[in-house]
Amino acid sequence: MGKNLGKWLISGPPVLYLVVFFVIPTLIMVLASFRYPGEYGGLAPIMRHDASGAHINLTLESYQEYFSDFIYSWLFLKTLAYAVITTFFCLVMAYPLALLIAKSARKYRDLLVLLVILPFWSNFLIRIYAWMIILGPQSVFSQLLNGFLGLFGIDPVRLLFTPFAVVVCLIYVQLPFMVLPLYANLEKHDPALLDAAQDLGANGWQRFWRVTFPLSLPGIYAGIALVFIPVLGIFAVPDILGGTRGIMIGNLIKQEFLEARDWPFGSALSIVLTVSAMIIVGLAALAARRRVGRDV
Amino acid sequence: MALLEIRNVVRRFGDFTAVDGVSMSIEQGEFFTLLGPSGCGKTTLLRMIAGFDSPQSGEMRLDGQDLISIPPEKRPIHTVFQSYALFPHMTVAENIAFPLKMRKVPKEEIRQRVSDSLEDVRLADRGGRYPNELSGGQRQRVALARALVNRPRLLLLDEPLAALDMKLREQMRLELINLQKEIGVTFIYVTHDQTEALTLSHRIAVMNGGRVEQLDEPSKIYDSPKNRFVAAFIGTCNLVEAQVVAADGEKMILEIKGLGEVAARNPGASVGETGTLALRPEKIRLGAHLVPELDENHFRGKVRDFLYMGDVTVYIVEVGEGEHIEALLPNSAAGRPRIFAAGDPVDIAWRYDAGSFLNG
Ligand SMILES: Nc1ncnc2c1ncn2[C@@H]1O[C@H](COP(=O)(O)OP(=O)(O)OP(=O)(O)O)[C@@H](O)[C@H]1O
Ligand SMILES: [Mg+2]
Repeated sequence: MGKNLGKWLISGPPVLYLVVFFVIPTLIMVLASFRYPGEYGGLAPIMRHDASGAHINLTLESYQEYFSDFIYSWLFLKTLAYAVITTFFCLVMAYPLALLIAKSARKYRDLLVLLVILPFWSNFLIRIYAWMIILGPQSVFSQLLNGFLGLFGIDPVRLLFTPFAVVVCLIYVQLPFMVLPLYANLEKHDPALLDAAQDLGANGWQRFWRVTFPLSLPGIYAGIALVFIPVLGIFAVPDILGGTRGIMIGNLIKQEFLEARDWPFGSALSIVLTVSAMIIVGLAALAARRRVGRDV
Repeated sequence: MALLEIRNVVRRFGDFTAVDGVSMSIEQGEFFTLLGPSGCGKTTLLRMIAGFDSPQSGEMRLDGQDLISIPPEKRPIHTVFQSYALFPHMTVAENIAFPLKMRKVPKEEIRQRVSDSLEDVRLADRGGRYPNELSGGQRQRVALARALVNRPRLLLLDEPLAALDMKLREQMRLELINLQKEIGVTFIYVTHDQTEALTLSHRIAVMNGGRVEQLDEPSKIYDSPKNRFVAAFIGTCNLVEAQVVAADGEKMILEIKGLGEVAARNPGASVGETGTLALRPEKIRLGAHLVPELDENHFRGKVRDFLYMGDVTVYIVEVGEGEHIEALLPNSAAGRPRIFAAGDPVDIAWRYDAGSFLNG
């Protein structure tokens, strides 16, 4: 009894925090997605009064709108594609890096990890604006690229305000979120396992694919979740670098709330996004559980 | 030709020499043990044989072929690691199949050999389990099965029983001996447990400070240690400073300060030489009154202290002027943990050839 009380006292505040700032807002948003927009933005009242009395003023209109025009689903699929590409490149780039850090001498590891998270020390938006300069038409990078393409008679390409710019920056922004869980996983691997594999006849390639890689799957899954999910909802990067062709679902949601002032539709978009993300992640976790078997 | 020939192998870490000119040759089918205190270089030597490390100088040949230039994964040598190093993401059967898969053995044959191997180590019903679902002894057997499944020329075992409790360790020792006899694979076994070394091995190399102090059969190591280190490291031993006063063929006379003259076997020492007389406690007769026999050294002393060990009691007997000799008596009579008490006057006696004179 006393033990239970202690448990509640310790976990009470964080639970309360989550309820107040996560569960309740989510429920409010769910409710909002079924309401009518107010005349001047915001939401119309839940109860409507007219000659025949009081009616509950809820509707599926927002969802109908989402499904009535393919452009929304298309935007959603495009966002998914950006997230998949970003996650893929983050994984491919982060894995060797995490492995390198995990294998380097203990005294350098903390320093290397610090370097990975160093970008966090500067402002997120500033880092995105920096890409405007890097990818801008006058940048060294653009000039070199276009100069090179010119040698083959190819017209200069524009990098800024394209999906390319968005994805490159997304990869840049999200890379540390892939490196860190991978490193945390790889660093714990027992080196004796690799010795054993080698001793039993495995060459370097086989040691990686049969020992290191399968053992790192939990780290890979964590990294994928940390990269993939935030990308689905991100709007700052496409806002700044994407132009019109590079916009993502996050931009649309933001627009519905701030510019179109259609809160119900914005909420419905958010809910579709959240539910889809949950389904994708849930399916992935299910598949993962079947593959990993057991840890340690 | 010996199976494994090691000659003058040296391994230094910085200015520390971990393996210092070790030579040995190991025969096909042998159970060979490296025994020595912690840090004497056993694991380092084993890692060089496995290929994880290479010597700065010296030679290693397997079946007459140079070994040093072959990478570990190509050596027909497998290791049982102290931590077992079982792959946690693979089942027991998959673990055992691993070396076969690496050798591209056909699937059907792998299946057959894994199941045979599981039978051999009495784990037939555990093939589908994961290592973390097994007991320590079972993991140990999986590690053995995995290392033996494709019949290496040589199996290296680095303190494979160290993580097990005593009872299990004794049982696993028997299993190891039987397994090795059955399959005939040559074992090189590393331990710092002398009992283990004595019970398991055909031959033992006692190591200290990166060198081999003595390489012999277990009984030779125990009964005729070559030097003070070996005598002290294996079992318990009375070690007494002594000087040769007369040597004549088979026998010699030693002068021991505080005790007087004792007869001993002559290893070929010359008069005036100093050294140590090593005398095992169980080779000393102890009694209230002993009738001296032919060729025996005989002293009268007093029990100073005793250590009750369950099966035997060790008595520390003071003889002469402050010399302490340990002797032991089995506690064969029921309900009598000891025969003598501190202060009891006793006789001790031992044959001249019971001890060894060590001048090293
Ligand atoms: N990679 C290394 N770098 C520096 N010194 C090392 C290295 N490996 C081993 N040594 C040193 O070499 C000596 C022998 O080590 P080794 O592991 O061979 O001992 P061991 O006989 O196996 O001991 P134990 O019974 O404790 O396992 C030790 O003093 C150790 O500190
Ligand atoms: Mg060791």
